Amino acid sequence: MSTPTASSEQLARFAVSPARRRRDTIVRRAILIATLIALVPLVLIVYYLLRKGLSSWSPSFFTSDPTGNTFFGRADIGGIQSAILGTIEMVALASAISIPIGVGVAIWLVEYGKGSWFANTVRFFVDVLTGVPSIVFGLFVYIVLIIGTGSSYAGYKGSIALSLLMLPVVIRSAEVVLLLVPAALRESALALGAPRWRVIFSVVLPTALPGMVTGMLLAVARAAGETAPLLFTAAYTHETNFNLGQFMNSLPVQIYNDVTSPTTAVVERAWGAALTLVTMILLLNLIARTVSRRSRLG
Amino acid sequence: MEAATIASGDRGVLSRSPLARLPDWALKHGLTALAALILALIAYFFIRLFGEARPAFEKEGLLGFVFGNDWNVSAEHFGALPLLVGTLITSALALLIGVPVAVATAIYATELCPLRLRAPLTVLVDLLAAVPSVVYGLWGIFFLAPKLQPAEQWIADRLSFIPFIGGGLVTIPNYFITGLVLAIMILPIVSAISREVMATVPDDQKEAALGLGATRWEMIRIAVLPYCRSGIVGGAMLGLGRAIGETIAVTILIGDSPTLSHHLFQQGYSLAAVIANEFGEAQGLHRSALFAAGLVLFVLTLLVNAIARLLVVRAARGKNQAPPVEQGGAGGMLADAAAGA
Repeated sequence: MSTPTASSEQLARFAVSPARRRRDTIVRRAILIATLIALVPLVLIVYYLLRKGLSSWSPSFFTSDPTGNTFFGRADIGGIQSAILGTIEMVALASAISIPIGVGVAIWLVEYGKGSWFANTVRFFVDVLTGVPSIVFGLFVYIVLIIGTGSSYAGYKGSIALSLLMLPVVIRSAEVVLLLVPAALRESALALGAPRWRVIFSVVLPTALPGMVTGMLLAVARAAGETAPLLFTAAYTHETNFNLGQFMNSLPVQIYNDVTSPTTAVVERAWGAALTLVTMILLLNLIARTVSRRSRLG
Repeated sequence: MEAATIASGDRGVLSRSPLARLPDWALKHGLTALAALILALIAYFFIRLFGEARPAFEKEGLLGFVFGNDWNVSAEHFGALPLLVGTLITSALALLIGVPVAVATAIYATELCPLRLRAPLTVLVDLLAAVPSVVYGLWGIFFLAPKLQPAEQWIADRLSFIPFIGGGLVTIPNYFITGLVLAIMILPIVSAISREVMATVPDDQKEAALGLGATRWEMIRIAVLPYCRSGIVGGAMLGLGRAIGETIAVTILIGDSPTLSHHLFQQGYSLAAVIANEFGEAQGLHRSALFAAGLVLFVLTLLVNAIARLLVVRAARGKNQAPPVEQGGAGGMLADAAAGA
């Protein structure tokens, strides 16, 4: 009874005018539509990959090398075994190079460099490195390892180009996770008399590891999909190869070669290879997300 | 005095022996050297690339190379203008199409969408970043380009009075389709950075706008967007860097024709595409010209990325400069109240 009730006349003074309400509705609808538009390409790409790619999948597709024979039916052009294995081999070596270096630099940034002038410079250039086009990394490796040594293309040269590409991703993601390790953990270890390196290896790294794995996997996923740095470093070959000193095939390069082919069957092989590559990368992303959810930090 | 009696020899009892300090010393300096190595690598990178590109610059002159409108391999004329124009047109198109959509998705995800939809929406947009460049190229050339060609031809016919757009026959690979696919490719990064910056807008500001009677959109316009402007611009610049450097999808979609087209719907070339396409069989001066194209590309992306990073850093710093009241003030109390209710 005692609570004052507003008359409709009083409320009307606070009401939003119809013109403003209409504009609000229109803009909010436009934003919703734009968001839906953003999802259309994803749906279309996934749909087309499945429709075109699944039809070329077969057991022999994964267990035979491309033959280079493009004049006959699908059975003759071969599969993508050498491409899958080449991608796995080269990305594994690239990870073995870039992950230790990247984590090392990240540890330096967090534990030693901190906010110093030098650390900020390194941080800035690592960020800038993220934006360097992947083909430029390919050119760099070509200059240093092919012109420089006078030798030919090789799988390990492709790995080095990929590792340059992964490095900034690994550094920045590891740094973010290392920053989340509570200072109290470090301080208590130091107070117990542990030297700095013991603190880093026995306290900081084990705590941060699950979180860092996410960044590493995303870097691996990025490297696995790159074509440009491999074109003039690992080149293209048909045969399955376990020697990283030789020419090496990879999924992205094989797809790129097949796209430009005039033969329908070869283009279909490209769709099958693309579906394989996207599946591999999505799996890596999925694992990365699961790991980051399990991590205790952030 | 007492400390002196406890001390044994030259060092205090609590300090470590020089030998025990060695791993610490090694780790610190080893890691510092590793960090310095990154800087040295970039410098070395630049010098070697310039060294290889020099013959081309010497023949054409620096400006002659960048702005010369003649890329003729057999005549050994290397003017990179058609490539530069292709890179810039397709990247500008990518920004024009991609940034509004990306910012809209970010606004929707942070301000408008139901809380339960936020995570799935974010994941879906991020998935676009997981699709490799070569797959975008494959999809673009075999699906998107043929499907859109009639529509493009229709637009080209209707708008033929506008220079650079209308007139002429629409080819399947062209500037426009390249820009469109690039727009899809930069969408996730621009959207992710916009989302990140929008999440830093203090709740008080938004609540104050709503409290003064603003509608949702007015709140976004007066409280969210001005606060995030430099962050969004930074995100767009990072997207621009991606678009400029994108190689394989562009090589497949742009048509690889080294003459400057006068229409948006005709084929062209880009700096990155020319390297991917011609490097394999390039010799001598031609190879040097391709290194020079790589150097121009490198410098271009370096500049764009440096500016972008500065803008994003400044936007992120804006959050920290906010008075501490904003962090745990009314927003925090409201959150507590909501949690209690």
